[in-house]
Formats: sequence, structure tokens, C-alpha cells
Amino acid sequence: MMRLSSFDKALLNELQGNIPICSHPFAELAARLGTDEETVLAGVRALKAAGFLRRIGAFFDSNRLGYQGTLIALKVEPSAVKNVAEAINRYPGTTHNYEREGVYNLWFTLLTPCAEYESNILSEIRSLDGVEDMLRLKANKRYKVNVQFKLQ
Amino acid sequence: MLSRQDKEIIKVLQEEFPLCEEPYKILAERVGITEEEFLRRVKELLDEKKIRKMGAVLRHREIGFKANALCAWKVSPDKLDETASVMSSNAAVSHCYDRTPLPNWNYNLYTMVHAETRDECDRIIGALADATGITDYKILYTKREWKKTAMKYFRE
Repeated sequence: MMRLSSFDKALLNELQGNIPICSHPFAELAARLGTDEETVLAGVRALKAAGFLRRIGAFFDSNRLGYQGTLIALKVEPSAVKNVAEAINRYPGTTHNYEREGVYNLWFTLLTPCAEYESNILSEIRSLDGVEDMLRLKANKRYKVNVQFKLQ
Repeated sequence: MLSRQDKEIIKVLQEEFPLCEEPYKILAERVGITEEEFLRRVKELLDEKKIRKMGAVLRHREIGFKANALCAWKVSPDKLDETASVMSSNAAVSHCYDRTPLPNWNYNLYTMVHAETRDECDRIIGALADATGITDYKILYTKREWKKTAMKYFRE
């Protein structure tokens, strides 16, 4: 894996925070970093190709777009985890799905445009082979959503 | 309310962002409007907080954050705001949500904590517990990522 130079780190920090909304956003980022548009674009492409960037683009507030999000924890028989995880992944509203340590060993988030839709999906998941229990944790207040990693 | 055009704008924004000199011009063409109109509406969506940010999300494991834990905390309801504020101010915490507890799972505050090592992650969580006085909590380390993706809205 490529090693990150200090320029790469500065670029990643800028990219995470704010891509300008203007005609030449990469030229504006270049001005902030004291370089030129071409260097920034080449740097971003290289970081993407090397697998450091998961996604570049707009991140939305799901509630404000009319979607509701729920965290669901499942207790799954260990031998069934793979099948259950893959079945869950097939729902487009599944955005995160992680196997975790603990009695409840599979945790996923589901975004849906209405409660009825969510209930239907969850009853399908509850009836999958190996699913022994389900916790449905409805989100109330969201105090922080800010996935930024400051690179030194 | 979102207009039909807004939804078209959101759809193109959730695709790969073009890595070229004038990315918004390309996205505007896909919607069939001018770059100027597109930029204006994107700024408005950001002001209305429908867009949280224009930016990048890193693959945190690749950049060295290998220990990631979901922590479920049991917080007295009258202390939720205060506790959440302490937790949110810690840079290692990326998400902090209040969720309705269940009879058999009595935890009501949820944080994601990221660190380079498990020891460091444990230390941060211990410090959060000390700072907030919470004694009942569960640390749920990530064993495997099965899916992490950005939502595609308006596809139903």
C-alpha cells in the first residue's frame, strides 16, 4: 500500500471537510493547499485508486430527505451469520452491516421512507434461518454525525 | 419540500463525483440544467441542511483506524443532553445517537469510537465513562464489515 505523504494527508483533511461548491472546486482546494488544480486532481485520483477514499460526493441528512433510520441488532447462530448478513445486504436501505463481539453479533442500519416498509423488511429478516432474537433501536436525537479522521 | 428536480439533483450527487476540472458542470448536464442553476440549488440544499456535507469519506481501516467499537451506554434520561455533549466533543467519536431502549436491552445512548489500536480505543472509552460518570455500558467491537455504503435515495 502506498505511503501517505504530508501533502496527501493535508489533501485528505481538506477533502473530508469541505469540497467547494463552485465551478472549479479542485482549483479552490489547490489554492487552500498552496498548489495547482492539476496537482490536486492527480492527488485525489491516486488516493482513490489506492483505496483510501471510500466515497467523494454529497452526504445527505436522511431525516430531512424524509427517511427514517433504525439500528437493528440480531442474535444469530454463528454458522448462519454469513447467510443472514448477505440476505440483509440485499435490501437497498441497509447502509451499514457489521459483525460485532457480544451476544448480539450482527448490527445493521436500515433507512426506509416509511415505518410500514421497515416493519415488512424486519419481519422477513426475523424469520431467516439462524436468527434467534432481534432488537429494534429507533433513533431519536442525533447528537453527532461526523465521520472525519484528522490526519497528522 | 423536494421538487422533482431536487430529486434528480440528489440522484446525480449520490453517484461517483467526477474527478475533473468542472465536476458540477457534468452533473448539471445529467440533470439537464445549467451549471449555474445546479450550483445554486446545491448551495441551497446545503443551507437547508438536506446535504450534510460535500466531501469525502475515507476508508478508516486503510488509514490506520483498525479498532472500531460501537458503545451502548445506559444514561439517566435527564442527563442525556449533557452526556451526549461530552461524548460528541471527543474527536474519536464519529456518531452519537439517542435511541429508545428496550426492556431486554436497556441502553439509550450509542457512540461509534475509532482508534488505531484496541488498547487506545479501550482507553478512550474508559475516559468517556469517567468524564460522564456512566458505569453501565457495553463495548461492541467490530469483527467484520459486511456492508458499508452510502444510501441511494429515491430509488424505491
